[in-house]
Amino acid sequence: MKIMVAIKRVVDYAVKIRIKSDKTGVETTNVKMSMNPFCEIALEEALKIKESGFASEVIAVSMGPAQCVDTLRTGLAMGADRAIHVDAPATLFPLSVAKLLKALVEVEKPGLLILGKQAIDDDCNQTGQMVAGLLNWPQGTFASKVVLDKEKNVATVDREVDGGLETLCLDLPAVLTADLRLNQPRYATLPNIMKAKSKAIKKMTAEELKVEMRSDMEVVQVIEPPKRKAGVIVSSVDELVDKLMNEAHVI
Amino acid sequence: MSISSKLLRAIITRRHLIAHASPSISSSRHLGTLVIAEHEGGSLTSTSLSSVEAASKFLNKDSSLSLLLAGTGPSLHEAAAKAASCHPSISQVLVADSDKFKHPLAEPWARLVYLMQQKGEYSHIVAASGSFGKNVLPRAAALLDVSPVTDVIEISESRTFVRPIYAGNALCTVRYTGSDPCMLTIRTTSFPAASVSPDSKTSAAPIHQVDLSTFSEDGNSRFVKQTTQESEHPDLGSARVVITGGRALKSAENFKIIEKLAEKLGAAVGATRAAVDAGYVTNELQVGQTGKIVAPDLYMAFGVSGAIQHIAGMRDSKVIVAVNKDADAPIFQVADYGLVGDLFEVIPELLEKLPEKK
Repeated sequence: MKIMVAIKRVVDYAVKIRIKSDKTGVETTNVKMSMNPFCEIALEEALKIKESGFASEVIAVSMGPAQCVDTLRTGLAMGADRAIHVDAPATLFPLSVAKLLKALVEVEKPGLLILGKQAIDDDCNQTGQMVAGLLNWPQGTFASKVVLDKEKNVATVDREVDGGLETLCLDLPAVLTADLRLNQPRYATLPNIMKAKSKAIKKMTAEELKVEMRSDMEVVQVIEPPKRKAGVIVSSVDELVDKLMNEAHVI
Repeated sequence: MSISSKLLRAIITRRHLIAHASPSISSSRHLGTLVIAEHEGGSLTSTSLSSVEAASKFLNKDSSLSLLLAGTGPSLHEAAAKAASCHPSISQVLVADSDKFKHPLAEPWARLVYLMQQKGEYSHIVAASGSFGKNVLPRAAALLDVSPVTDVIEISESRTFVRPIYAGNALCTVRYTGSDPCMLTIRTTSFPAASVSPDSKTSAAPIHQVDLSTFSEDGNSRFVKQTTQESEHPDLGSARVVITGGRALKSAENFKIIEKLAEKLGAAVGATRAAVDAGYVTNELQVGQTGKIVAPDLYMAFGVSGAIQHIAGMRDSKVIVAVNKDADAPIFQVADYGLVGDLFEVIPELLEKLPEKK
């Protein structure tokens, strides 16, 4: 069985973002970019499944501008076998990504498609669910534990839901989206980074995949959220209790 | 729907698209909004009431609001009966009664939403942005070939919404320009549900059973079990006061003082990712970009540094209090009241000096 993992290149999670003065978006030039943290977790899970002998190959895929290749190279250094880069504009909405992924699934025929539960830039939390819908595959979203059964060809997935955990049993092929607690992603070692340089990254286009790239969503503006008014530092618990009771009136 | 009215609708839709700056939410379209609701123990959830509150913004004199409830057994019908009179905006309650909806599985639920859209031709489909809505709505949107909008905090026009991106560090206004339906999940803290008055003069909305004879199941997933965390504290998402502990608590044992303080204030308990990862508390208490989003009247953070991802989940709280040993902790930049000190000294003192809850 092959596993396909979708990877997104995003502004590094530790960067304090700046909003463009023309309000068209967030500044991404000369900003540190990295693999979306949830995608790292998705890839780690795929690698673990391969190491346990259930999968034969891990394919990392990414959609976007040419720099996505750097992110895919990171994925190859972590241990993915090969990669596919679909050349596309940077401002893709999840529906387009889901359609491209569906087309790639139809070419590569993986038994599992793993994604992160959300990208930390657009915070959409949609792509995995949408591609599962398009493929008519079952979905295990917000997964914190995945157990595969080779004989029954099913995946048992623990999901992080409001109020606790939910366990589902999914027939394969299936789509999984990774939550933070699924695993601890590995670091790429220097020898593996060197090895990754010789691994193949296939370049494709939406036309080759016969996916029509249209958008039904437009960004009107991106602005800063309202600033909170400056707070005060109190010197004692007494002062704090007094402020909460007599100034803020919250207790 | 007759051909002529379809044509008319197409023209109106087209005109709507051209009129980019339509001044108000009301449009001349005679269309309805569908709210995908959840129920628990024979009642509508409070998050579903927030969805109704948000969906009522699409209402005008020619449109209607339908509430969809699915499940099976007496608690479903009890919830439907209560839902029918819980909000004046609800025009009808649609009940899908089948074993297939016994558990919140995305596959049959998305198929149901698809079926409802085929029958009802809704202009908008709304759900709360909880784990259920986020799981189901995008799948249903893909079946309908439309782009959904996640975590809407403001409805500017009938198809223009504000939503936070980059962990709430930017607010993005998006316009949906595609065909019907326009699908969205709403952030419940941004649409507080009006308190339900049982003696409201509005009569109960009619309840209709959904005809499921054409429903075909995608039977490739099965529910195994649910593990819920029993808690005597109020629900994190809707609590008036939230007390949160971070890594500085150092152990699950120490975390109990946070719980003790929460008890005294009648507050919900929250935690940072660090506290959850260290095993002090279970993950459903995590507040932040990837956990719960809260906006209580009072948010008290103890031993929380204030990482971007944590701030994302609590920045809309009315009053934020931070207690931290590190005077440079970023949490102090968003706190209304900060106290630099050791939480192990501050909390016992607070327990002593805070008044008993009313």
